[in-house]
Amino acid sequence: MSVETKTEQAPAPVETVTLSIDGIEVTVPKGTLAIRAAEQIGIAIPRFCDHPLLDPAGACRQCLVEVPDAGNGRGFPKPQASCTLEVAAGMQINTQRTSEVAAKSQRGMLELLLINHPLDCPICDKGGECPLQNQALSSGGGESRYEGVKRTFPKPVPISAQILLDRERCVLCARCTRFSEQIAGDPFISLVERGALQQVGRYAEEPYDSYFSGNVVQICPVGALTSAAYRFQSRPFDLVSTDVTCEGCASGCQLRTDHRHGVIRRRLAANAPQINEEWNCDKGRFAFVSGRGDDRITTPMVRVDGELQPASWPEAIDAAVAGLSAAGRNVGVITGGRVTMEDGYAYAKFARAVLGTNNVDYRSRPYGADESAFLITEVAGRTLDAASTVTYSALEAAERVILVGFEPEEESPMVFLRLRKAVRKRGLTVVAIAPLLSNGNRKLNATVVATAPGGETAAITELELTSSDVILVGERAGLVSGALEAVVTKATAAGARFAWIPRRAAERGAIEAGCLPGLLPGARAVSNVAARVDVATHWGVDSLPPLEGLDAASMLAAAATGEIEALLIGGVELSDFADAEAARASVDAARFVISLETRHSEVTERADVVFPVSLLEEHSGTFMNWEHRTGRVNKVVRQTRAPMTDLRVLAALADAMEKPLGFRSEAQARAEFIELGTGEQRVELKALRPRSQPLRSSHGEQHEGVSAKLATWRMLLDGGRSQDGEPALAATAKPSVAKVNPAMAQQVGVSDGDVLEISNGDSWFRLPVQICKDMADATVWVPMNSPGTPLSELGVVYGDAVTVDHGGEE
Amino acid sequence: MTDTLTPVLSANWGTESSWKLESYRASGGYQALAKALKMTPDEVTGVVKDSGLRGRGGAGFPTGMKWSFVPKDNPNPKYLVVNGDESEPGTCKDMPLLLASPHTLVEGMIISSYAIGCHTAFVYIRGEVLHIHRRVQAAVAEAYEAGLLGKDILGSGYDLDIIVHAGAGAYICGEETALLDSLEGRRGQPRLRPPFPAVAGLYASPTVINNVESISSVPSIIANGAEWFSSMGTEKSKGFTIYSLSGHVANPGQFEAPLGITLRELLDLAGGIRAGHELKFWTPGGSSTPILTAEHLDVPLDYEGMAGAGTMLGTKALQIFDETTSVVRTTLRWLEFYKHESCGKCTPCREGNWWLVQILRKIEAGTAEAGDVDKLLDVADNVGGKSFCALADGAVACVTSAVRHFRAEFEAGTTTPAWEAFPYERSALFATSESKEVRA
Repeated sequence: MSVETKTEQAPAPVETVTLSIDGIEVTVPKGTLAIRAAEQIGIAIPRFCDHPLLDPAGACRQCLVEVPDAGNGRGFPKPQASCTLEVAAGMQINTQRTSEVAAKSQRGMLELLLINHPLDCPICDKGGECPLQNQALSSGGGESRYEGVKRTFPKPVPISAQILLDRERCVLCARCTRFSEQIAGDPFISLVERGALQQVGRYAEEPYDSYFSGNVVQICPVGALTSAAYRFQSRPFDLVSTDVTCEGCASGCQLRTDHRHGVIRRRLAANAPQINEEWNCDKGRFAFVSGRGDDRITTPMVRVDGELQPASWPEAIDAAVAGLSAAGRNVGVITGGRVTMEDGYAYAKFARAVLGTNNVDYRSRPYGADESAFLITEVAGRTLDAASTVTYSALEAAERVILVGFEPEEESPMVFLRLRKAVRKRGLTVVAIAPLLSNGNRKLNATVVATAPGGETAAITELELTSSDVILVGERAGLVSGALEAVVTKATAAGARFAWIPRRAAERGAIEAGCLPGLLPGARAVSNVAARVDVATHWGVDSLPPLEGLDAASMLAAAATGEIEALLIGGVELSDFADAEAARASVDAARFVISLETRHSEVTERADVVFPVSLLEEHSGTFMNWEHRTGRVNKVVRQTRAPMTDLRVLAALADAMEKPLGFRSEAQARAEFIELGTGEQRVELKALRPRSQPLRSSHGEQHEGVSAKLATWRMLLDGGRSQDGEPALAATAKPSVAKVNPAMAQQVGVSDGDVLEISNGDSWFRLPVQICKDMADATVWVPMNSPGTPLSELGVVYGDAVTVDHGGEE
Repeated sequence: MTDTLTPVLSANWGTESSWKLESYRASGGYQALAKALKMTPDEVTGVVKDSGLRGRGGAGFPTGMKWSFVPKDNPNPKYLVVNGDESEPGTCKDMPLLLASPHTLVEGMIISSYAIGCHTAFVYIRGEVLHIHRRVQAAVAEAYEAGLLGKDILGSGYDLDIIVHAGAGAYICGEETALLDSLEGRRGQPRLRPPFPAVAGLYASPTVINNVESISSVPSIIANGAEWFSSMGTEKSKGFTIYSLSGHVANPGQFEAPLGITLRELLDLAGGIRAGHELKFWTPGGSSTPILTAEHLDVPLDYEGMAGAGTMLGTKALQIFDETTSVVRTTLRWLEFYKHESCGKCTPCREGNWWLVQILRKIEAGTAEAGDVDKLLDVADNVGGKSFCALADGAVACVTSAVRHFRAEFEAGTTTPAWEAFPYERSALFATSESKEVRA
């Protein structure tokens, strides 16, 4: 939809009908279900199987109402399930409030649901927040007339490593099975058997390894489904809840974090209709324990005689200041994917106003030469409410969505769910320009334009776009020369909209905060004099460094040569860079390294000064998601082992260097950032010169085997350190395999299940091979950071040439 | 009294190899098809509509009207599905018909498919009756060989394929939408309506679902005309139908007669109640229809007559029980059936039948407590009319009607086991191992 049509088109008038519920008139859109219409006037009809985001089932029969007039003068002879009954004009509905028929039906139904339900509420995880418990009190009879022996089953049944099923508690509402089929598209669970023995079952060979499996625990109206992570951990009424924005990816999910005694017990999806609706992914739900290990850093450390020693805060600050002062402006600042916008703003300001350098970059990941220009001109400064902005709602309403270098299910699960909803409800067409048709995209009925890595630019150029198309471009596209520019050119020419969807939660906010060497906070290009003056004035400094700084990889390279004397690194894993070995060598070579970290890492063990910083759950802040929507992170845990945030440490360093940062708290930083606002000065894409190529070691001669282009991306559940400590979650990850198409398999001489050897010329690794039909020629795909896929150790990234060979039988 | 019988569907059952195409043709088979193919599809539908034929599966919906609900402008293919999942306790009319004369159904399916514009028709046969399944398959194969199925049937340019499908043994698959799910390869559980099958049935396409007997009645209607058909039966229940009598009758079996015949007349045809006994209670149309007693002997067995007596015509499966029978035990047996056959989808049917069986077992064993009969009725009330499909309504119909007519017998369950009040061997027609010794 072009800008013009969006503003000109009046919303289609909604056809409404007026009916009466318990004698109260209500007007609702045509097609509304009676149970929803009743909600509009505050009448709660008890229900179990009904869920507003699932197709109606009419299975539990708890929501029966009396309908004396269906709108045609005739009533229904029997009570009707209000969750399947579409309202009609003139319809009269009597709920349990006014009809004894409805009230008795509901009492009777609850009695029937309870005859086989165990009285184990005192030890059930759901007790205290259980719809069955609540509605038994609100709508049930006080006493049971049942005298027999209740139905029992062996318990619990693990339907996956993470999800456990207690069948005797199940009321067979089919919410979980409908969710897995309709919403996630992973129908690995289904109702089996019949009559009173009906139960949720799974395939013996296929566990319920869905990325969205945790949602079924949340929507289960009883305690039949529990997670291995939370089972028997807490009572709902002992928990304290905090609203947060998920840090797992750039989807921006709104979550509820529950803690007891300062320890997070679980995370739930919050109700956020515009973002994650009522869902989230298992990574966001279960991967929150990584900071609990004994690798947590709780005191500052200073290297003395080659050994890191615990130190007091003043000692560590003095040591850091001494190192930074000696380096002058030859300092590089690298922040990772976990920092909030406020922390990112502190790093960006610290580099410019305190250290006097533009050497600041948040991109601790592979990136291409032309990415930063794209980020500066096409991403920075964009807002949620602009007509050109793509949102979740826009995806739901789109005619066609084209995916470029982006795997929604792996890289932004909420985008995946929203696309799937549109595919299912509206017949959205999805086209993927990708090396292969992934399982996730298959669930979107996507057509794949099988494109070998590097071929994306040509594939985009060949697209025939209309103004109603939406292009979603992932960060991997930035590794392909010309791809990002091709997206901009094509979309602009056709009047189509596009969105850049990064993987990590902090990416979008870091751009806005100015954590790029060519970009000041508020989308102001460093190259723009007026922008520099604006920011300098706001910050109360004489001037800002005029030259664009070094990007992350260039900083590491310069540290190796001694051009950069000191590195300030926060929240970075060295193995996240394209070439882990080169990154380690650079940090080793750097004369002075300061690390701000939550846990011991490859950076801290190489650092001269280490500052402990708080986990995300221990501080507040803001993330910006791919839609440019900001989401708040609220402090969950107040008693913390490391109370200093990145921002607070930087402020202390600045104070010690006698160039105060101007803020010490997240609230102060945010206020200053908001006041600074977004710059007016726009930059044209063409005006920016491409940056240098990322740091990479050269590899040896071609290994024996067949040459192939490397296709790779990160899986949602993989070897990432933020997922540490949750074995049940890790057990539901997809197994690591290498994928090639049949022609390639024949050339190499492998068949399904054989082992493929992937080599960069110097070193190699082996994975079982899976032959994939819808896949580009001369390409091999492997997961990027999963167990057994040490890509950054080999120093190879998406699009690189590798050799593949037969690696023997499994 | 033989005048009362009107053998049409059963007319050829006694002929030599009546199930063979040759034999069926010799008795006039497939002439109606030739006639129908010369008419327009709308004319065929018109004749069926005019005849007043109503669904013989139990509900009694006018067949021609059902056909006319199929939207003509729907781009999807149209399907005819014949419901041959005859599983209602006591019901035995479609199976003998298919055993004796499967070609009657095949001919009916071709004519009906032609009328609704269908080119692929299905017949869903109860899986347990393997011999019937084989016989229908053989008949369909014969019809293909004779050019009565496949491309360009009898040179008319009309094409039809018939697929014979065996169910896997679930009563619920006789419910039309559960049958469709089962036919599509899913678990047989009823679907939400709307959309109705006429609009989005099999494979989300317009679908007509009719009972075996309804479709089998079509050839005779086409051959003899609507007036011929409607001259039989009563004002609103036209034509003939197959009544099946079982239980304590001298000569049980199938009796084809005009609608509106009474049980008294049928009993005369069947040689009466077994010698030395008298009628206690009976079902008009299988166990899902509320039971009747001797006072209803003269109520016409048609849709209206039965509705007037507070029951339903159902499948016309008349189960006859004499005075030796324990109504408690009979009701329990039926409820055990419904408990076993509940698909489990909805709460009242799944849990309710499970509970009702337990209460009835206590009453049967004489260990019930005061108030248990009221509890039985109240639980039945919480189940009936509350469930997703009609299965549970049928289940509780026998409970409530049995208590209505024989409450004292249920109340006796607080003191006396049913097998003492009604020694079971007395009601058995054959030697049985089930006696109070075995039960104790």
